[in-house]
Amino acid sequence: MNWIGESLHGAVALATAGDARLWAIIFLSLQVSLTAVALAAVAGCLAGAAVAVGRFPGRRLAIVLLNAAMGLPPVVVGLVVYLLLSRAGPLGSMGLLFTPGAMVIAQFLLIAPIIAALSRQVIEDAWREYEEQLRSLGVSGLGAALTLIWDTRFSLVTVLLAGLGRAMAEVGAVMIVGGNIDGVTRVMTTAIALETSKGDLPLALALGLILLAIVLGLNGLAYAVREWSVRRYG
Amino acid sequence: MTFIRRSFIASTLAAVLGAASLGAAAQDQFIVVASTTSTEQSGLFGHLLPVFEKKTGIKVRVVAVGTGQALDQGRRGDADVVFVHDKPAEEKFVADGFGGPRLEVMYNDFVLVGPKVDPAKAGGKDILEGLKKIEAAKAAFVSRADKSGTHAAEVRYWRAAGLEIDKVKGSWYRETGSGMGPALNTASSMDAYILADRGTWLSFKNRANLDIVVQGDTRLFNQYGVMLVNPARHPHVKKDLGQAFIDWLVSAEGQQTIAAYKIGGEQLFFPNAKR
Repeated sequence: MNWIGESLHGAVALATAGDARLWAIIFLSLQVSLTAVALAAVAGCLAGAAVAVGRFPGRRLAIVLLNAAMGLPPVVVGLVVYLLLSRAGPLGSMGLLFTPGAMVIAQFLLIAPIIAALSRQVIEDAWREYEEQLRSLGVSGLGAALTLIWDTRFSLVTVLLAGLGRAMAEVGAVMIVGGNIDGVTRVMTTAIALETSKGDLPLALALGLILLAIVLGLNGLAYAVREWSVRRYG
Repeated sequence: MTFIRRSFIASTLAAVLGAASLGAAAQDQFIVVASTTSTEQSGLFGHLLPVFEKKTGIKVRVVAVGTGQALDQGRRGDADVVFVHDKPAEEKFVADGFGGPRLEVMYNDFVLVGPKVDPAKAGGKDILEGLKKIEAAKAAFVSRADKSGTHAAEVRYWRAAGLEIDKVKGSWYRETGSGMGPALNTASSMDAYILADRGTWLSFKNRANLDIVVQGDTRLFNQYGVMLVNPARHPHVKKDLGQAFIDWLVSAEGQQTIAAYKIGGEQLFFPNAKR
C-alpha cells in the first residue's frame, strides 16, 4: 500500500510547488468545464422545463430520449464532434478542432441532456404541485416554466453539480476533439491519461487526487452558496 | 420575471463570450503537427520544440496519436505537418496526393521487451528467431493492434519470420488496441513480451519484471519521415510555417538538436536526413 502514501505525498508536493504548468492545466479544466456547464444549464433547464410543463405530441418519447441521452458515451460524442469540426467535415472552416472551444462543445453535448433530464423531473414535480395555482393566476407556457425554474433553483443546483461532475471527470471526448496538446488543450483528465501511458503511475494518481480535491472544493462551494441563499431568500 | 429573464440573458452572454475567448485564445503563429506517441512520450518534442520556437517564433501544437490516426488527420486536413514512422503507409499517403514530399528525418530502433526470466528463450540479437520462439512456446505476447507504426512493424516481423500472425495467433497473442504506453502497462502487468520503440521504453517507468530481450538487429531500425499536408487539397494548411518546421528538422541545427536528446546518457534518436 506504499503507492497510496507515495501518491498522496506527490499530490501535496505538486499542489504546493506552485508549478505554473500544473496551474495552467487546472485553470483550463475549470474554464472548459464551467463554460460547458453554464451553457448546458441554460439550454438544459429551458428544455427540461419545456418538456415538464408543455403538452405536445411525442412528449413521452422526448422524456425517454432525454433520459437515455444521459448515458451518451463520451467517446462517441467526441468522435461525432471530431467529424463535424474536422477540416473535412461540415463545420471544418471554423477551425475549431484541437482548441478549447471544441472541448466545450463536446462537454456541452454530454451534459446538456443530463441537466435537461434531471431538471425535467424536478420541475415536473413542482408543476404538479403548483399547476392549478399558476393557471388560476393566468400564468402559462414560458412564464410558468421560468417561475418553476426559479422556484426549484435550489434543487437545480444539485442537477448542475451532476453535470459539472460529468464534465470534470470526462476524458474520452476531450482527448479526441482537443488532442491533448501541451499548453493548449491539455486538461487534468487527459494529463492523467498521458502520465498513465508513460507508466508514471504515482504521478498520474497524484494528479487524480488533485482533480478530486478540486471537484470536492467546487461541491463544497456550491453547498455553501446554496445554504447561504436558502437562509437569505429561502 | 424580468429579473429572472435578465439574469438568464446575462449568464448566457457571459457563457458565450467565454466560449468565444476560448476559441481565440492563441493569436500567435502556430502549426498543428500530427505525430506519434513515441516521439511525444519519449520526451523528444519537449526537447526539440522549445529550440525551434525560440528561433522562429512559431508554436508547434503536437497531437500525439498512432501513425495510422496521424496520417488520417493529415488526409482530413486537420494537421499542417505529419511526422510519423511507417514508411509503406507514408509512401501511400504521398502517392495518393495527400501531402509530401516525404523527407527522412531520423531513426530509432525497436526492441523486443519481455520478462527478465525469458520463458520462451527468445533473447539474443535476432528478432525473427525471437518471435519464432515466442510463438513456439505460446508465451504471452501483447500487440498494439492499433494500426500504429509500431504495430505495422510488428506484423511485418511476424511475416518475415514465416508466421502469418492472423492464422497462428491464439490466446497467448493479446491484441490491446492501445497506444505504446498503455500496451507496455498491460505487458508489465501480465509478464508478456511486446515490441516497443526504444524511446518510449527508456522513458517508461512502470517496468515491473520486464527488460529488453532482443536488440541490435539492423532489421529493428525504425525510420521517421515528415511530410507537409498538401495545401492544394486543403487551402487552410499553413504552408510556409509548416515548411519552415520541416526545413528546420532536416537542417544541420535540427539534426544536431535531435542527436543531443538523451535519457540517462543514452541517445534515443539518430538523425539521418539526406541533404
